[in-house]
Amino acid sequence: MAYPYVHEREVRVISRNFGDPAARTLEGYRARGGYRGLARALEIGPAGVIDEVKASGLRGRGGAGFPTGLKWSFMPKAAVKPHYLLCNADESEPGTFKDRELIRWDPHQLIEGCLIAAYAMGSRHAYIYLRGEFFEASQVLARAVEEAYAEGCAGEDILGSGAHIDVTVHVGAGAYICGEETGLMNSLEGRRGEPRVKPPFPAAVGVYSMPTTINNVETLAAVPHIVEHGGEWYRRWGTDKSPGTKLFCVSGHVEKPGNYELPLGFPMMDLIEDVCGGMAGGRALKSVIPGGSSVPLMDAEDCRECTLCYEGVEAAGSMLGCASVIVMDDRTDIVREVRRMVQFYAHESCGQCTPCREGTAWMTQVLRRIEAGGGTEADLDTLLDMSAQMTGTTICVLSDSAAAPVVSSIEKFRDEYLALIHGGARAEVA
Amino acid sequence: MSTVTLTIDGREITVPAGTTLLHAAREIGVEVPHYCYHPALSAPAQCRLCLVDVEGAPKPMPSCVTQAQDGQVVRTDEGQAREMRKGVLEFYLVNHPLDCPICDQSGECKLQDYVHSEGRAHGRGVEPKRVFGRDDFGGDVLFYGDRCVMCTRCVRFMEEVAQDPVLTVVERGDRAVIDTFFEQGLEDSPYSGNIVDICPVGALVSKDFLHKARAWDLGHTSSVCPNCSQGCNMDIHTRDNVVHRLKPRENPEVNGHWMCDYGRGRYEWMNRGDRLEAPFARNGDGWAAPGWNGALGALRERLRACRGPVRAVASAGASNEDLGALRELVELLGGGDIVYRSARAPDEIPLPGLPVLARRRDLAPNTEGAELLGIRRVGDDDATGGLEAVASATGTVVVLGDELADQAEDFGGQAELYVYLGAHPAPAARNAHFVLPVTTFAEQEGTFTNTQSRVQRFEPALRTAGEARPAWRVLASLAAALTGETAPENAAAAFARLAGRVAEYEGLDYDRIGALGAPAGRRAAAAGDR
Repeated sequence: MAYPYVHEREVRVISRNFGDPAARTLEGYRARGGYRGLARALEIGPAGVIDEVKASGLRGRGGAGFPTGLKWSFMPKAAVKPHYLLCNADESEPGTFKDRELIRWDPHQLIEGCLIAAYAMGSRHAYIYLRGEFFEASQVLARAVEEAYAEGCAGEDILGSGAHIDVTVHVGAGAYICGEETGLMNSLEGRRGEPRVKPPFPAAVGVYSMPTTINNVETLAAVPHIVEHGGEWYRRWGTDKSPGTKLFCVSGHVEKPGNYELPLGFPMMDLIEDVCGGMAGGRALKSVIPGGSSVPLMDAEDCRECTLCYEGVEAAGSMLGCASVIVMDDRTDIVREVRRMVQFYAHESCGQCTPCREGTAWMTQVLRRIEAGGGTEADLDTLLDMSAQMTGTTICVLSDSAAAPVVSSIEKFRDEYLALIHGGARAEVA
Repeated sequence: MSTVTLTIDGREITVPAGTTLLHAAREIGVEVPHYCYHPALSAPAQCRLCLVDVEGAPKPMPSCVTQAQDGQVVRTDEGQAREMRKGVLEFYLVNHPLDCPICDQSGECKLQDYVHSEGRAHGRGVEPKRVFGRDDFGGDVLFYGDRCVMCTRCVRFMEEVAQDPVLTVVERGDRAVIDTFFEQGLEDSPYSGNIVDICPVGALVSKDFLHKARAWDLGHTSSVCPNCSQGCNMDIHTRDNVVHRLKPRENPEVNGHWMCDYGRGRYEWMNRGDRLEAPFARNGDGWAAPGWNGALGALRERLRACRGPVRAVASAGASNEDLGALRELVELLGGGDIVYRSARAPDEIPLPGLPVLARRRDLAPNTEGAELLGIRRVGDDDATGGLEAVASATGTVVVLGDELADQAEDFGGQAELYVYLGAHPAPAARNAHFVLPVTTFAEQEGTFTNTQSRVQRFEPALRTAGEARPAWRVLASLAAALTGETAPENAAAAFARLAGRVAEYEGLDYDRIGALGAPAGRRAAAAGDR
């Protein structure tokens, strides 16, 4: 198999079928061991499933890294109200392209994960909220859902167990903020995609005001394997605090960008130099954004000893996020790069909260002015002030995300800002 | 009810469980700035202005939705949250046009107030501002997008209270703006004027009030809407003895925070310049203007000779005090029938989000007060007809307030004595022997009794026109002359006399009625005088 790039150091659990079109059909998926996890789940019962997932130490792959089994156990036990499982497939974080691949190569793996999770939480309905731009993935997934219904894997009396779980694919209309869990719920309900105030939390009041759990695609994709093989099996990889494997979406200035499934705790420099074939054109590394555009930038020094697990990246001053590794070489204009990211957040801010609505747009204007050579050193203080006022003051973390690269870039690459401010030569544009 | 005890700005306070920090702070006299929160609407916690520090919480908390907890230590006046609020206010000003000098909200604007009290002395924004321009939302509402703080109170009012969701937020981020759906506006929305009131800034303004007056030049007088029998509590805003607008005054029992556009828009008559300004007495074919002493003296003499029954026409727009004094005088003169006419609309106009409130069919403010005095309604729903017996009466006829525009020219022509008390020159004065100028409700103190039998006070908002006097004062002085008693000296005393005569008002006085009114006793079921 030659899925764009593969590497021998990969541990391909959830990505084992990448590049294998035959796995997209239910028949092909079954032939590769599919739906065994679901069968085992039905044997061991909901509590058994939650125990296995808790034992595995699986952490949410959407970015926050919250322990999945613990999250599931927050759902009320008594089924007084309908419970819902939502699958967040609104993958929109700049630099992230793992969920799309999981869906388009292995749709049944996700469906199976949804069914197991829904079963574990007493939910009779799972919604997969799919990013509007994922056209191919939506077709592949819809076909797979139809197949799953036809073969008795979804719907009434799943695999003859009497369990009833419906799966609905809902395609969004293209807004980053609908990937925020409560924004997603509003969007699914037909409202504006605006995050909700918490508390109440989704496990108490979620979609349609009912108890809801929402998980990322990659999280749910790992569930069938964990349930089939047991939680302890999953801990064979990764670190104590970050067990298991994780897809790393590497983009930017490396020879072989792509999705690589690696055990958590993998050294960042090995990912860049070995797995990805080194820096493109042999140039020097300048900066890495390790977890999607929402996390602080790292400079080359930060990367040197960094291991790619939740605690490892945090120790290096950033966050693992959804493990979207954006690699930038020495020609990169950091100010332009940061402005581009902030501009994205300004475009995607839902506009509810004042610090985000006004702050992201104002930051973009100031950064543009600095880029154009019209900045002053006082602007950097204003940017840092703004960042502080945009961090922790809003309903969701979009504005925190916009502030993170500004703060980290001024901290680590202040000289690049000063060069533009004082009319020095602009860094050569990649 | 269980309570919690917490500390806010160093002061300990006990509040009922479930109280938000914003309300708890109010209890110690601290107003935390806020935009999106409004007590009658849902709380989206999105303006991020009411942030306060809660000890132990990792982030500043929105006080509008954060419930007070036992032992909580909250700071509103210093620390991180105070800095955050300062930052939020700076964000608000990044795109705000700062056009206060030409903005109607100036002087009663929460952005002005908060920035002055907590904001930065100087803004740091040097970038070009975003421009939305002005939009006609229909009805009486004009939208200035650039001034908007996106609190969405207007959207939520239309959705939750009017339950006519014709406003929404379109676009997102800093392009987000309030808009109507396509061309459909607020024309058919009978309570939409309230969104102008709840807009904390100058984004939604009244077309009617546009550029008419500066807020700080307006006097506010506590009053009751005279445009239907609901009796919404309101303030009359005046400048230089001219009414410029009516604004609802909160009363949870009657109108919540709201009033309807029908009531709000009908104030121009209070500013009418064509007024009766002096008492007149018929003098052969012409008129004499003998002044109050002359007119009342002459009228007293005529009344002494008068033997009932009297026929009287009153207005249900007159105060309880006016109607009570009329009733008392009629009885002194040997009794007689008092009737009123009032317009009735085909339908009520309810406010779905506040069941107690509707623009009532009955368009007079004091029909209930009239009924309690045994004053009978006659005529049709246009307030015409029904006066045949009065028109041709030969005895004493008294008309109070009803202009009789529908009546024939010879109305009252056969009356031995015909007295008209009114505010404006009217057909009713045509055959009168005495024309006595009285004040409008806006120029006098008094009470109305609304459709819920709630007695509510209003205060004088305007100076009286010429020599006009409250009708109760005129009528009571005539009565006093007949009995030799002392006439009541003020409206409160006039009401006290009334409370002694009408069982339903027993125990009520101006103090008990207060600013928010008080329920009258139930009208006796067997009231034969209805």
